[in-house]
Amino acid sequence: MKSLRKAPLSRRKFLASTGAAAVGVTLSGKFAMSAEDAKVNFYNWDTYIGETTLEDFTEATGVEVQYDLFADNDELFAKLKTGNPGYDLIVPTNDYVERMIQSNMLEPLDHSKIPNIANIDPVFMDPAFDPGRKYSLSYMWGTIGIGYRKSAVDSVPDSWKWLYDSDKYAGRIAMLGDGGTVLQMAMKYMGHSLNTTDPAIIKQAEEMLIKQKPYIKAFAPDNGQDLLLAGEVDLAMEWNGDILQAMEEDDDIGYVVPKEGGLLWEDTLCIPTGAPHPENAHKLINFILDPAVGADIAAFIYYATPNKAAKSLMDKDYTDNPAIFPPPDVIARSETAIYPGQKVTRLLDEAWTRVKAA
Amino acid sequence: MESWRRNPLVFAAIALPPAFWLVLFFLVPLGIVWLYSFGENIDLVTIETTWTLENYRRAGEPEIFTLFVRSLWLAGVATLVCLVVGFPIALVITTSSPKWKSWLLLLIILPFWTNLLIRTYALLNILGSRGRINEALGWLWEMGDGFLTIIGLGQLNLLGERFTPLTLLGNNFGVIFGLVYVALPFTVLPLYAALERMDRSYIEASLDLGAGQLRTFFSVIIPLASSGIVSAIIITFIPTLGSFLTPDLLGRGQVDMIANVIERQFKSANDWPFGAALSFILLYATFFALAARSLLAGRRGREDAEAF
Repeated sequence: MKSLRKAPLSRRKFLASTGAAAVGVTLSGKFAMSAEDAKVNFYNWDTYIGETTLEDFTEATGVEVQYDLFADNDELFAKLKTGNPGYDLIVPTNDYVERMIQSNMLEPLDHSKIPNIANIDPVFMDPAFDPGRKYSLSYMWGTIGIGYRKSAVDSVPDSWKWLYDSDKYAGRIAMLGDGGTVLQMAMKYMGHSLNTTDPAIIKQAEEMLIKQKPYIKAFAPDNGQDLLLAGEVDLAMEWNGDILQAMEEDDDIGYVVPKEGGLLWEDTLCIPTGAPHPENAHKLINFILDPAVGADIAAFIYYATPNKAAKSLMDKDYTDNPAIFPPPDVIARSETAIYPGQKVTRLLDEAWTRVKAA
Repeated sequence: MESWRRNPLVFAAIALPPAFWLVLFFLVPLGIVWLYSFGENIDLVTIETTWTLENYRRAGEPEIFTLFVRSLWLAGVATLVCLVVGFPIALVITTSSPKWKSWLLLLIILPFWTNLLIRTYALLNILGSRGRINEALGWLWEMGDGFLTIIGLGQLNLLGERFTPLTLLGNNFGVIFGLVYVALPFTVLPLYAALERMDRSYIEASLDLGAGQLRTFFSVIIPLASSGIVSAIIITFIPTLGSFLTPDLLGRGQVDMIANVIERQFKSANDWPFGAALSFILLYATFFALAARSLLAGRRGREDAEAF
């Protein structure tokens, strides 16, 4: 287990944000369009599946999996925007699920073909971004919080204040490079919902960031954990998975979701419109939601599984890890980002440009 | 050069594939982006070309203007540094023996064998506050401080109480350093080509007729190499102006350039029309610079012709 855990967890790593990634195993040739030959085209994040999950699936069902990788939601969205090039199963994050539903890019799921839905924790079954789970099923979830160097802080930095509104850690702070998220967490710190769309509050968040900017060392394109590991910064706003990876390498690193609450994200299994093999996609979803398979995947990639039955098979190292499963009261104060629409997206982006130009 | 008139079929056969390539994979996509720049987002996935000028108007917002100016400034300084550093390098290569020449040229081209991303990460490792440079400086500080203690000046803290690492990243220095590092080979090669073509007898004549080394350099070598210098400036400045990886990593997201805004429009902001308009403003600026250059060159050519 220990040795397996080193390499993974790198899903949202740096390449994701630069677009420089040419990671994917390119799909060869054209997809056969005739309904349901024994194939399924799975489009997923890098290192985001169990070590043998796909081979096991082929062995169990005889359906061959063609596997392709995307680096971030923007890439996934851009690729499907002009029509599905032939994928059967994709793994978008919650706010992108919303965008895709709005744009008719997802096929409704046939729950009767996925009996293993019963294994999913009921709290995940009716989210705001997809009421009743018509289009998406929960795959993995996590948080955005603060990764920190234990020896460099006098107490656990359990407030966004230390990142957004204080010079205590001046020059030792890394923020995410994603402007929307950074502004949303600022609004969260100010006591608003992170889904606030009020221009006045967005403006306040912008002003606070411009004021704080001199104390911030980096707006890191998803490599905050590297800066933390290298000792360049002592506080880093990051995805929990990335900090977990850093914690594996260095005992002096901790992770906390601030008391104001953080951002909850959820990656989901969806079938894109025009999928050539929807039957097989349903089969693969059902397979992934199997307790033993789900436990295998979770043990390998070390993200929080929404699969109750799978979680009950996992050891304490995993289930009691606060960086994977934050305390329930913190989760209660955290929020999922809701896609705010093009207008507010533009407001946020313009505010971010002003922060960057300042 | 006139032979194509005599063999139009052969010419067509040779020219057709590249022309086809150019039209299909360059002009058509560029045309699509151009249409986007006059478009509006109807919904998340639909862009309608309504011939609105809104996207170009938005480019005049103060923060965008700031970023344009900053990009021009950073690219300008980087180009200047490249020229000042690249010219002596090109001169050394030109004047070295043929055997050395090929080795030196290889050294110039060598960085291209490694991916830009990896080289940039290597720079992070060198320039970081705990990077190699600061490590070396920290060691020097220790040595100096130790020495002062030995000669009895330790309590005066002449070198400061503690070693403070230099900030080499996340500021203009980091970005310019990175831009120069990436662009330098592009500067050296056209300079080398120009200097290599130069007739050495002019230099000899200049020295024989009593001009000093410096005067020869500024009054003979530089004017003779001017076409190479202009090419070097163009080929350095234009790609540098559009950098986004360097400001992102070596600027630590603190010193954004205009390409960072463009990249965001095509990704997280999902505002392709605005991104397209910004791209085209950059393209127009480049185009006018090139046009001005060829106009100037043309005029100079005529003046030269009249002078003789």
